[in-house]
Amino acid sequence: MLVFMEWLKEYTQIKTDMDHYAERMIMSGSNIETVARFGDGIENVVVGKILTMDRHPDADKLFVCLVDVGATDPVQIVTGAPNVFAGAFVPVILPDGVLPNGTVIRKGAIRGVESYGMLCSAKELGYEDKVIPVSHKDGIWILGDEHQPGADFVTALGLSGEVVDFEITPNRPDCLSMIGMARETAATFGGKIKYPDTICTRESGIASDHINVTIQKPELCNRYTARIVEDIKIGPSPWWLQKRLMYAGMRPINNIVDVTNYVMLEYGQPIHAFDIRDIRGQKIEVDTAAEGETFTTLDGQERRLSEGMLLIKDGEGAIAIAGVMGGRNSEIKEDTKTIVIESANFDCDNIRLTSKKLGLRTEASSRFEKGVDAGLTVIAADRVCYLIESIGAGKVIGGSVDVHPVTDRPGTIFVRIARINLLLGVTLEKDVIATMFDGLEIPWTWENDGFVVTPPPFRRDLKAEIDVIEEVARLYGYDRLPVTLPKGNCEARKTDKQVLRDLTKATLVGMGASEVQTYSFVSPKGLDQIGVAEGAKERLTVKLLNPLGEENSIMRTTLLPNLLEVLGRNFSRNIPSVKAFEMGNTFLNIDTEEGLPTENESLCIASYGPGEDFFTLKGLLCQALSKLGIRDPEFVPVQETKTYHPGRCANILYQGRNVGMIGEFHPDVLERYGIAARGCGCECDFNALTELADTKRYYTPLPRYPSTARDIALLVDDAVQVADIEALIRKHGTELLEEVVLFDVYRGKQVPEGKKSVAFTLTYRAKDRTLTDQEVVEVHEEVLSSLREELNAVLREL
Amino acid sequence: MQEQLTKILQEAKEQLNKALTPGDAEEVRIRLLGKKGSLTEILRSMGTLGPEERKTLGLTANAVRSEIEGLLESKFSQLKELQKEMKFKAERIDVTEPGKQIPPGSKHPITVTIDEISRVFMSMGYSIAEGPEVETVFFNFDALNAAPNHPSRDMTDTFYISDAVLLRTQTSPVQARTLLAQNPPIQVISPGRCFRCDSPDATHSPMFHQVEGLLVDEGISMADLKGTLDSFAKQLFGSNAKTKFRPHFFPFTEPSAEMDVSCFKCGGAGCRVCKGSGWIEILGCGMVHPNVLAVGGVDTEKYTGFAFGMGVERIAMLKYGVDDIRLFYENDMRFIAQFK
Repeated sequence: MLVFMEWLKEYTQIKTDMDHYAERMIMSGSNIETVARFGDGIENVVVGKILTMDRHPDADKLFVCLVDVGATDPVQIVTGAPNVFAGAFVPVILPDGVLPNGTVIRKGAIRGVESYGMLCSAKELGYEDKVIPVSHKDGIWILGDEHQPGADFVTALGLSGEVVDFEITPNRPDCLSMIGMARETAATFGGKIKYPDTICTRESGIASDHINVTIQKPELCNRYTARIVEDIKIGPSPWWLQKRLMYAGMRPINNIVDVTNYVMLEYGQPIHAFDIRDIRGQKIEVDTAAEGETFTTLDGQERRLSEGMLLIKDGEGAIAIAGVMGGRNSEIKEDTKTIVIESANFDCDNIRLTSKKLGLRTEASSRFEKGVDAGLTVIAADRVCYLIESIGAGKVIGGSVDVHPVTDRPGTIFVRIARINLLLGVTLEKDVIATMFDGLEIPWTWENDGFVVTPPPFRRDLKAEIDVIEEVARLYGYDRLPVTLPKGNCEARKTDKQVLRDLTKATLVGMGASEVQTYSFVSPKGLDQIGVAEGAKERLTVKLLNPLGEENSIMRTTLLPNLLEVLGRNFSRNIPSVKAFEMGNTFLNIDTEEGLPTENESLCIASYGPGEDFFTLKGLLCQALSKLGIRDPEFVPVQETKTYHPGRCANILYQGRNVGMIGEFHPDVLERYGIAARGCGCECDFNALTELADTKRYYTPLPRYPSTARDIALLVDDAVQVADIEALIRKHGTELLEEVVLFDVYRGKQVPEGKKSVAFTLTYRAKDRTLTDQEVVEVHEEVLSSLREELNAVLREL
Repeated sequence: MQEQLTKILQEAKEQLNKALTPGDAEEVRIRLLGKKGSLTEILRSMGTLGPEERKTLGLTANAVRSEIEGLLESKFSQLKELQKEMKFKAERIDVTEPGKQIPPGSKHPITVTIDEISRVFMSMGYSIAEGPEVETVFFNFDALNAAPNHPSRDMTDTFYISDAVLLRTQTSPVQARTLLAQNPPIQVISPGRCFRCDSPDATHSPMFHQVEGLLVDEGISMADLKGTLDSFAKQLFGSNAKTKFRPHFFPFTEPSAEMDVSCFKCGGAGCRVCKGSGWIEILGCGMVHPNVLAVGGVDTEKYTGFAFGMGVERIAMLKYGVDDIRLFYENDMRFIAQFK
């Protein structure tokens, strides 16, 4: 909401400087986006009167003007603007003058003709395109002829001043008006509001002789007030009115339209004016549209309406889309003689939906959709009439047609002083609070240690005690409230899952992996790209109704595509090595009791680069799992996979539960993500890991007797798995076998084709004695013979 | 024999002078004091002497021996020192060569920021609550007192799965869930992902993170809200940080406020980060609206409370000087690595 301070001062006194004003208004609840100053930076611009205007001898599109700038002799200025004429009053920048954008104008010659300055457009003088009056929006600013040639332009037009852009919160639509902001100013600084004059002095006739109004849909139109003005003389508005509109961000059009806009800005009540000639049957009906009906609005657009959109109709059809925009068929024209002024109150939801469906948001609709005080229609219509009369633009017909099927009865709210003080942590006296209510124009009485307040009709946001307490808080000033700390009645806790998540992240980071965060909504293509089978659980996706695009249209069921994208992006940026992980939710289209998708936390790690192979990743994962107390999970080979290399992929099992999968990515998958290197990944169900985790630790007494180690190297078939060899060793190693550690796997020279050599260190120890050689040999031999018999393992010389 | 002893002593001194290594000195020791050493021989042969002579000679011989032992000892330690010095000299390294790297990874800057915020609030007794990212319209809007026609409910603002299910636009629904699940006193923060229909650009992301906080207890006032958040700001931005609370509007709190923190870049003098104002808007807060407490089944006469919410990306961007929010979700390793 743009507030021109000069205008605001018409309603309330402001005795403070701008900085202080802004600061106090912000602290009382009217936040300020910007404060703009107009009229600054303009130097040596004067009012000029064009005396003569001739074609430039050497240029078709230029004119040479003699301009009276108040000096003894007129000056010669060359211009290219077609809208100037002899006798026009225009702003003239004289040599060495400065425009607001810093441009300095020097005297010079244009195509051989001397020019002592420049005629200026409103744009050049610092005004936005959208506020420049229609009359000169594409040319030189044409001024009224009330000015004196030579007068300082800024002073003559009273351009200097500040415009404050207030941020209006959705609960305060009443502040989308000058009077609303004047009330806030008065409430903040004290003082009374001077309300605008609305009583016409020269009315005659009766409005109801001219127009008849019916409301067919009272639930969508609270009130409709119509007034009639005749003998309309369409022309430009007086400068003071144009200026206020411009500074409020609106374009002056003509006196009648300007007055309706002025009153809308003043009261927040949108006003529309119809040419009565176009109202067939002299009757206005407020009714809804039929589906598919078309209607051409003021801006010349033909619009297709849908059922339920509220319309203003005459005896035969639509003449306006209620609260949004008038119709081309009934607009004010140059020769309009009699007008109907509409000041009505429409249902906010209906206007909001209509405006949204049509994609047409106007000053009027944006006010109606936030809610307008139904009590405003009459006073705003009266104000329009008063202004038209006072600027001499028409003759006001007496009375109004005022139809108001629904009337708001204001309720009262009981506000306990103790509640105010408790909630704000203060001890305010009754009188202090009462003064605030007075400043807010809230009537009150005192009863049972509390105020009975009657919210004024313009404060539709005040519905309950808490709403009134907020008023006290902001007027007292949040900065004046004490600063205390609440008594601590709670102790901080993290859930097991949160603790385990922190632990997992810390472990992975400690081992060189970096965390990434990727979008929860992904492209459905990802599932194809990583080769998820049809019918797999990952295909149970949750779809967005209104995604930003196909690439963000489903909720992820796996983090792998996201991680692969991260790998691909980094690879394309020549990052030599990546070891990344993400912990985040996946979403399966399986409804929970609440009707929500099943959310499950997933841990996903992916890597590429020198040294980043299957076993590096497996090692990393196992360390992280072991931090969670998940030790020695089982890795079971998986060959049926299109995500991973079929020879380098495993399910991860722990206590019989499948908790995830790990593998080297399938070359096709890597290729689809643009990764020209080997890459590995794993994804684990973190919810399952959380359930299986055991972070309790128990002390094992340190060994008191020495151990005996035996290294063995075995020649076995390539297909024999290390896990099976280990299991067999453990089985036969009895309780004396303390540890089995694989230290070498070798294929190649001295090892026949189809075989491999695997080497382990076996450590034997007893808890209660030093083992004799004999004891160790017995067990060890048993181990070796079982290996030989069951796995056909041949002992190699080490 | 007397002469022999003098000679041995003399010899010891000369030989030890020539010794360059502990090995040389050891040879001297063996030659003189070893089993077959010349002094040992003399001492052994003394048994053949008469008692008088044995006594005098014995005295001298022992004196010579202890002198030699003394000499040997000091020679040994002198040579050991020398040897160490040489070793040190030979083993000198260039300490300016780089250290051996065991490079750790890094947490994502959003996680780092959430962890930091959580640490501060946990120190004040807040537990961490989590809720679903795909939420019901009820918890995301209705339970939070959002007007039925509030524009934020529009499909232009909120991602929907169905009429009743959406991607949460804030972490506030966790407040509503906590109120339903728990009885006061309640003190939780809820960090997490949120989603809104914003096309990504330098300052917008359709996915972002919030940390929401809630405290409900008997006798909680707006002064407590101010104290809590002022303390938070000082812990997060430094003890010189000042706070300013401006009135604002949120459907789920009343009175509501926005909190500004004095610019941590310029200290309040005005700079580019704070756009010259000296203040930076950090979070929204307020006293929990009685309607919200009531939906959660809380006795609104007995209990009051406050809530606050902040955008994690915004805080991370301000703290680390990140100028494009999209960097957080591009996951370029060179970016992530800067938050080690």
